[in-house]
Amino acid sequence: MPRSEDGRRRRRDSNREFAVIAYFFIGIFLAMIAYFTYFQIVRSEQFINNPYNTRLDSFAERITRGSIVSDDGTVLAETKTDADGGETRVYPQGRKYAHVIGYADNGKAGMESGYNFELLRSHSFILERVMNEMEGNKNQGDTLVTTLNNDLQSAAYEALGSQKGAVVVLEPETGKILAMVSKPDFDPNSIVTDWNTILANDDQNSVLLNRATQGLYPPGSTFKLVTALEYIREHPNDYKSYSYDCNGSITADNYTLHCFGGSVHGTVDLKTSLEKSCNSSFANIGLSLNLKKYASTSEDLLFNTDLPIQISSSKSRFSLKPDATESEIMATAIGQGTTLVSPLHMALIVSAIENNGALMNPYLADRIENTDGRIVKQYEPSAYGQMMRQKEAKILRGMMRAVVTDGTASALQSDAYKAAGKTGSAEYGTTKGDSHAWFVGYARAKGRQPIAIAVVVEGAGNGGTVAVPIAKTVFDTYFK
Amino acid sequence: MITIITEVSKYLMMILFACYTYESFSALQKSASPKRMQPILKRQLIFMFLIHLDAYLVIFAVTGEVRMLGFYAMQVLLICVIQLIYRLLYKKAARLVTNHMCMLLVIGFIILTRLDETKAIRQFTLAVIATVITLLIPFFIRHIHFLHKLPYVYAGIGIALLALVAVAGRTDYGAKLAFTFGPVSLQPSEFIKILFVFFVAAMFYHSTEFKQVIITTILAAAHVIILVLSKDLGSASIFFVTYLVMLYVSTKDVRYLGLGLGAGSLAAVVAYKLFSHVQARVIAWRDPLAVIDHQGYQVSQSLFAIGTGGWFGLGLFQGMPGKIPVADEDFVFAAISEEMGGIFAICVILVCAGCYLMFLNIAMQIHERFYKLIALGLGTTYGFQVFLTVGGVIKFIPSTGVTLPLVSYGGSSLLSTFIIFAIIQGLYIIREDEIIDEEKENIRKNKNRRTKRNGRRADAAQ
Repeated sequence: MPRSEDGRRRRRDSNREFAVIAYFFIGIFLAMIAYFTYFQIVRSEQFINNPYNTRLDSFAERITRGSIVSDDGTVLAETKTDADGGETRVYPQGRKYAHVIGYADNGKAGMESGYNFELLRSHSFILERVMNEMEGNKNQGDTLVTTLNNDLQSAAYEALGSQKGAVVVLEPETGKILAMVSKPDFDPNSIVTDWNTILANDDQNSVLLNRATQGLYPPGSTFKLVTALEYIREHPNDYKSYSYDCNGSITADNYTLHCFGGSVHGTVDLKTSLEKSCNSSFANIGLSLNLKKYASTSEDLLFNTDLPIQISSSKSRFSLKPDATESEIMATAIGQGTTLVSPLHMALIVSAIENNGALMNPYLADRIENTDGRIVKQYEPSAYGQMMRQKEAKILRGMMRAVVTDGTASALQSDAYKAAGKTGSAEYGTTKGDSHAWFVGYARAKGRQPIAIAVVVEGAGNGGTVAVPIAKTVFDTYFK
Repeated sequence: MITIITEVSKYLMMILFACYTYESFSALQKSASPKRMQPILKRQLIFMFLIHLDAYLVIFAVTGEVRMLGFYAMQVLLICVIQLIYRLLYKKAARLVTNHMCMLLVIGFIILTRLDETKAIRQFTLAVIATVITLLIPFFIRHIHFLHKLPYVYAGIGIALLALVAVAGRTDYGAKLAFTFGPVSLQPSEFIKILFVFFVAAMFYHSTEFKQVIITTILAAAHVIILVLSKDLGSASIFFVTYLVMLYVSTKDVRYLGLGLGAGSLAAVVAYKLFSHVQARVIAWRDPLAVIDHQGYQVSQSLFAIGTGGWFGLGLFQGMPGKIPVADEDFVFAAISEEMGGIFAICVILVCAGCYLMFLNIAMQIHERFYKLIALGLGTTYGFQVFLTVGGVIKFIPSTGVTLPLVSYGGSSLLSTFIIFAIIQGLYIIREDEIIDEEKENIRKNKNRRTKRNGRRADAAQ
């Protein structure tokens, strides 16, 4: 058949449709290769360092796990090999870095987990590696140099004392995390022997939880920054003319909300409302807001979103529905209600405010070096994106500065630096008056990188009296 | 010491394979001039044999088993036989296609030997059988001229067999795919997809009028629906896409394409709502780590392997491809990527894309419409299957559980791919016949013209 007359007549058929299909398939093949490349470059780290990826355990048979050091070279973790070849992971700084550095036995946590792959690779001199392979010796893994600053970490660790809570300090312009403390803590050197004791008491203490990144707290008055931002967004031109007459409480929907400590603030505008942390005024603002936009502003600020960080973290929650009742709205506007936030997240929000609205991706690893100190990989600051407009950030900065000059955080006034921030006393549980003390803010000084901080102290009451002094210690240490 | 051998070899194999891939695309450019093709094809063979040799040296060094060298020698023999068959019996066949077939086969042997020696030996035996079975297919394609007359036979056999599997087949991973006869297990859908292409090509060869389109669509839909009911979603989507492509190209009507894509999307949504196993695949695709203990386990393991392997791979026997469920079949691409490296894996995709282009190339060059559609249909099943398997393994799309042709372990998949490649070779031979016919005809025409002109001149002279 095929060579029939019929066939011959159709000979001049065009191949246009064939070409369309061929190009389409070439397109999907190229898209697939592009995705594969994207995965290798961008996404693979997240998978490689996943605790379920047991491949890395086999690396440990040929590589001695690398050290972890602070930004000035203080050793935070190292592996000691005894004469018989037995290895011990040692943490010379003990409890101070327990959560952020984590542990490498009995499972892995913190940076020991997040940078497992990097610690188990060796970029030492090639001939040395070949020699070691020939002789059957292990190669020394690369060193992880962190962004953590030993002075600040010590200051924050000591300032928090024996209280439960967390402190996070970072550079808003780079995203470098300088200190990260969580308490109660544990001794990573004896994690294996202490394991059962820790787990037995864990119901009340959650010792292993890194509260800085995984702890979720009601934000209390620190959330008024978000409410204020939403109000500014809805009233870009006349937010300054906002006025409210505070008589110490506000009632709506059969629900009465009081100002903290029974204060009566009188006539307040938006700035003084934040400065004095006036609950009644912010509840009043909340009732006026467009709830859909309120929710979308909270998502701009990374609520209900995974935080961009290499170690385990929890998603903060904002769950106010457009059909919420007035009492729910009032509670949410002052940071009570169902909203929950991690200290790292609050630190990111204030660092974006400090940095003209731009959020830098927070990071803990500065670089990877081989045993001779040659840089194998340098981690560079990278932008996450714009959380808010420059103008909005500027307005919030002015209001946060007033909290220090005229408001609830006046203890932070100093000649060495200019601080700004917001205090909070976040009620939790059912007992009236039980509250977590918060401070979030930043400090600047000429010629220095500014730093942002979030402090939370569990069940300690007033942010101004408990959390602010901790922030002050950190600022004083940094700007001394 | 062994670590050094595997380290050096992985870079060597990667470079050799990159060279092979480069040659295959430079060959596509120059396909018009056979003289310039010769050295390219020869170099490709050299690269292929070097990769093969290097890989088996590593395998021998690590396992220390002398029988591996024997196994290697047998593979070399098989590759030489395949090359000789096409060079001696079918001089007009496309040697680039033969080379690609051998290359993919070799990669399959290497990774299967590393994963599971018993399966590698079985795969080799099946490859020998497949070579023998498909030996005469190009000959038949060239000389049997009634293939376009049997559309209903193809559809009848196809639907009947698929229905039989759906009712009486064995269940694997939640899908009914295969029959088992003693030690032999057969997956009919692998072969029915070839019959399906013949069916659609034959229908549209005769007519693309509306009525014919309706009848064809109903019968094609029957195939797809039975496959969906057997929960064989990979095959169902291959059949569907193949039909859609052939329909569009035959009718040249974009509206059919739009209608088909609309229907396909709708069907996908309905399938998602109705079937929990479809939902599981989508959940695993969205965020495999979030459901790593359940639906996401397989994809997560695959991505651990690919990610840890990185661009250069961990080296043969240095990774843990055994952790990936069905690493020797549907997820073989992840095993290759882990141990032989991301660059090597991209070259695998490119070589598969090169095969696809050779399929489409013959579809465009050959003049006979029935054969054009056959080449297009087979090309689409091949290309789309590669897309489904690789895309699923790297989490580009939800995984559907299909094999990587010629590389994955599995007799049905191997044999059906051999058949497809043999048919394509048959078409390349027919195309050469066409060219010769055309040349003869041109000569005849020219002669006629010249005789006429001479006649006229003679008239004028008088």
